[in-house]
Amino acid sequence: MSTINITIDNKTLQVDKGTTILKAAQKAGIHIPTLCYMHLEDLNIEHKPAGCRICVVEVAGRRNLAPACATECTEGMVVNTHSLRVLNARKTVMELILSDHPTDCLICPKSGNCDLQSMAHQLGIRKIHYQGEQSTYREDTSPSIIRDMDKCIMCRRCETMCNEFQTVGVLSAVNRGFMAVVAPAFEQNLDHSPCTYCGQCVAVCPTGALTEVDHTNQLIRTLADPAKTVIVQTAPAVRAALGEEFGLPAGTLVTGKLVAALRRLGFHYVFDTDWAADLTIMEEGTELLDRLTRYLNGDKSVTLPILTSCCPAWVKFFEHQFPDLIDIPSSARSPQQMFGSVAKTYFAQMLGIDRKNLVVVSIMPCLAKKYECTRPEFAVDGNPDVDFSISTRELANLIKQSNIDFLSLPDEDFDNPMGESTGAGVIFGTTGGVIEAAVRTAYELYTKKPLPRIDFHELRGLDGIRQATIDFDGLKLNIGIAHGLGNARKLLEDIRAGKSNFHAIEIMACPGGCIGGGGQPLHHGNSTIIKARHKAIYLEDSNKPIRKSHENPYIQKVYQEFLGKPMSEKAHHLLHTIYFDRSKKSFVVTQE
Amino acid sequence: MANYKMHILVCGGTGCKTSESDMIAHNLRSSLQQHGLADDVQVVMSGCFGFCEKGPIVKVLPDNTFYVSVKPSDAATIIEEHIIKGRPVQHLLYNDPATGEKISESRKMDFYQQQYRIALRNCGFIDPENIDEAIARDAYQALGKVLTQMKPQEVIDIIKRSGLRGRGGAGFPTGLKWEIASKVPGEEKYVVCNADEGDPGAFMDRSILEGDPHSVLEAMAICGYCIGASQGLIYIRAEYPLAIERLKIAIRQAREYGLLGNNIMGTGFNFDITLRYGAGAFVCGEETALIHSMEGHRGEPTFKPPFPAEKGYKGKPTNVNNVETFANVPAIILNGAEWFAAIGTEKSKGTKVFALAGKINNVGLIEVPMGTKLRTVINDIGGGIKNNKKFKAVQIGGPSGGFLTEKHLDTPIDYDSLTEAGSMMGSGGMIVMDESDCMVAMAKFYLDFTVEESCGKCAPCRIGNKRLDELLEKITEGKATEEDLSLLRNLGQVIKDTSLCMLGGSSPNPVLSTLEHFYDEYLAHVRDHRCPAGQCKALVHYIIDPEQCVGCTACARACPVNAISGERKKPHVIDQLICIKCGTCVEKCKFNAVLVQ
Repeated sequence: MSTINITIDNKTLQVDKGTTILKAAQKAGIHIPTLCYMHLEDLNIEHKPAGCRICVVEVAGRRNLAPACATECTEGMVVNTHSLRVLNARKTVMELILSDHPTDCLICPKSGNCDLQSMAHQLGIRKIHYQGEQSTYREDTSPSIIRDMDKCIMCRRCETMCNEFQTVGVLSAVNRGFMAVVAPAFEQNLDHSPCTYCGQCVAVCPTGALTEVDHTNQLIRTLADPAKTVIVQTAPAVRAALGEEFGLPAGTLVTGKLVAALRRLGFHYVFDTDWAADLTIMEEGTELLDRLTRYLNGDKSVTLPILTSCCPAWVKFFEHQFPDLIDIPSSARSPQQMFGSVAKTYFAQMLGIDRKNLVVVSIMPCLAKKYECTRPEFAVDGNPDVDFSISTRELANLIKQSNIDFLSLPDEDFDNPMGESTGAGVIFGTTGGVIEAAVRTAYELYTKKPLPRIDFHELRGLDGIRQATIDFDGLKLNIGIAHGLGNARKLLEDIRAGKSNFHAIEIMACPGGCIGGGGQPLHHGNSTIIKARHKAIYLEDSNKPIRKSHENPYIQKVYQEFLGKPMSEKAHHLLHTIYFDRSKKSFVVTQE
Repeated sequence: MANYKMHILVCGGTGCKTSESDMIAHNLRSSLQQHGLADDVQVVMSGCFGFCEKGPIVKVLPDNTFYVSVKPSDAATIIEEHIIKGRPVQHLLYNDPATGEKISESRKMDFYQQQYRIALRNCGFIDPENIDEAIARDAYQALGKVLTQMKPQEVIDIIKRSGLRGRGGAGFPTGLKWEIASKVPGEEKYVVCNADEGDPGAFMDRSILEGDPHSVLEAMAICGYCIGASQGLIYIRAEYPLAIERLKIAIRQAREYGLLGNNIMGTGFNFDITLRYGAGAFVCGEETALIHSMEGHRGEPTFKPPFPAEKGYKGKPTNVNNVETFANVPAIILNGAEWFAAIGTEKSKGTKVFALAGKINNVGLIEVPMGTKLRTVINDIGGGIKNNKKFKAVQIGGPSGGFLTEKHLDTPIDYDSLTEAGSMMGSGGMIVMDESDCMVAMAKFYLDFTVEESCGKCAPCRIGNKRLDELLEKITEGKATEEDLSLLRNLGQVIKDTSLCMLGGSSPNPVLSTLEHFYDEYLAHVRDHRCPAGQCKALVHYIIDPEQCVGCTACARACPVNAISGERKKPHVIDQLICIKCGTCVEKCKFNAVLVQ
């Protein structure tokens, strides 16, 4: 690759051809401010619409200022990143953006975590000289996501996530000029669109335009209700990220403190979704083996591959986009919902209380989980199996509101019988984890032999689509893995075209899997955070004494005492589900 | 084929059609029928003649009689007097405003004398719906020459030597553009014609497409041959139904004649053209936005590079030229690069078409050699300012062009001189203003347009133009301060300096150029709360001069809000609290007694 000599702020340096001014400046230790730009390097997502114009710099000989994020260096280029002309332009543009933005920072859900607020601070904006009309839009609330587009600055990051990464295609710019904004088609509400509620738009939104539906007040009220027994389950990816909200480095595991904090918040029992993940493996693994065996025996009614079904955004995605394939995914419910239905039957019976007086709350890295627990098939007589779900971010806020000094909490253990989990349950939190957990169990069930090794490194990693062949004692099992719905789409299109030779495929909607979920602490464009959480998940796995789901004693117990065996009638009733064709009815245009 | 002795050309441009030129043609035909002359005289709907001020135009050939302001009821007279008796119809002839003489030949009129038509060469001469007429005037000869006698690079060299620059606004050398596109490797390439003419009041491209569609089709095929493309696309706004209709006919006829499609003229060269319709977004005239729109995406620009030549339509190498640019190409191939290069100035060759509009006597479509002075265009071709008012400014280059004043009237019209003077060539809008136009209000008028047409992608254009517009509003209402004027200037410069595409990159020009040339007028609004031109409603008052008022009551009777009172034959008075400043009283008063202050 040829190199180019350039000068930035009087520093000369050599960069590779094709390097942008922004990247070159970073190399020289000069950090040009950016707002709309986002580069999730480890996930191969680069968003550079060159729309906000905050990163403009002066290039000698050029008529106008150049956006550093999108302008490639050329030989001999002389760049000034902080001339009077640049600083004035940058501040003026920032003032313009702020002039069309509500200044209710004090009460904004994004306050303190807002890229726009930080940028205003960084640029030293003290007065908005250009005041005028503000563009306002109707607020839109869905089960998971709130859109307050008055706060949209048209950075279009959400659009890139929704369209290019997820290929869901719900969000795009509508209207022109001053009223241009990102919205679903015809400015419909999200719940009238094929939105999967993956929440990646929320995860990248620099302002308070896209936020999660906040359930913390509901939780506070519920915990204060003496008539209710309130139990909580917490997803694997939460423990790998919550610490960030309290200043710990990304990738710090805070499992023990998390349990302690939940107990101090007043939950009566603190359980683990990982336990339900182990339960999922029992059902899904058995289903896989069942389908596989029948397929190998020539049963023509069986189709392969089997697809995982833990991720509610993924489920909603295929219901909208691939309704012709809805009988391929495993019928197993997600761990959140398995937990809920077992809690409101098995555990409620154990406590001797009515399911209506047992409130199941989940702590999730995910916004689609909020939607998932509202799905009508996951309720009995109107009482949901999981009452509501709060995100990692909401939990952090609640801990702070409750005056809990998180960092000084002791490490505590989950309660039983639904708190004990294996390493296999933990790795559900990241891409490749569900299928690895399934392989650990399915191998032993199929071959009746102990696993020669527990770590399947060939299934791990952060590449968008991965594949591996696992030798089941002579049976070569072809496994596919995708994270990001755009990657999932590629695998599904192969299946649709009859070109897929996979036996099983794991899909997670978010980048990196649940660790990169829409409810996690904001990464602000720094993908090394996701990488660090990824590592932490596998560390937690390797620290576990039991690492295979079927060896979890409390899983064995629940089958003995309550469920019978995997895929029994009772298990079918409580742990499995059906899917719906959402391809047409989801697009109903309503009158305002 | 009938052997006609005479031809009557009726202008079929959109302007004349709205003045019932269809009816004129119909009446001419039925009158010919009545007199048994249908086989001797042919009535042809032609393209635009350009002299729209005097439309509808009817021209009789071979004697070249040019009738102006013709009405459908004049048709019978033209047949009976001119065709049968050989006597030109005097009252339909053009009256020279200077001498008062009747002029029957267009080339002797001031409007046409200083024009030089290359791009418009066939407009008003042929029936655009008949390929034979185009071929009779050399259409597709250049394509034949290129395909049979020349290599692509030779053609590119001719275009380069001719000095032709893009007529869409930026003035990029056309030959160079073709050369770049030809050198980018790729099996699949595209030639795109930008017919998304969006400047308010501009109709250069529309007139070419309506009057001579084959010139564009031919040039696109030549371009395809040069860059190695076999597919052409014309991106045309859906608001141009007549141009679309004529393009469709032209494409169909060209295919029938083997001039488009596979194996053109038996040379083995394949090239075909399809139409793509724009929804009327001004920003889609920007080539990247245009390409996105054609791809079915939101019409908004993306950062360049990559340029369309590398990554254009469907990600393939694409060459985009404007209609007028293409229309020049066949003439250059046939007459040679040197012929073209001899016309115009050192850096701007050939001619430029302008849509001349505003407070000028001869509104219309003109084509002048590059380097023609503004004064010539306004005073000679344009016939000076309407109603003997004083010239104040001319705005060139569409809504984002700058205003030029009296002192710029000797500026030669070419890319570089106009830019240097603070305006730009643009695609060819030219709007003349007189002393009764308020420059602040005019700047606001253009800003209103760009605010409306900004795609909203980049912050300075999306929000900045809105704030500029709001500041201008404040000024025209007399609510602004002098500090606002410096904010206005700063904001205008920042928008120019930071916008993503040339829409925002030039939208503040009307503001910045009026601030420069008419700062006193801004100050009058701000300091004295006065609009010197009397145009800003919030700042003017209508009063009746008692010395002049004869008490005729005409104003009082016309006033829609009964703000005027007074006895007959005695001076009237306007109640300022009731007056809505509509100006009706000024129009009605025959004694110039209503003053606007």
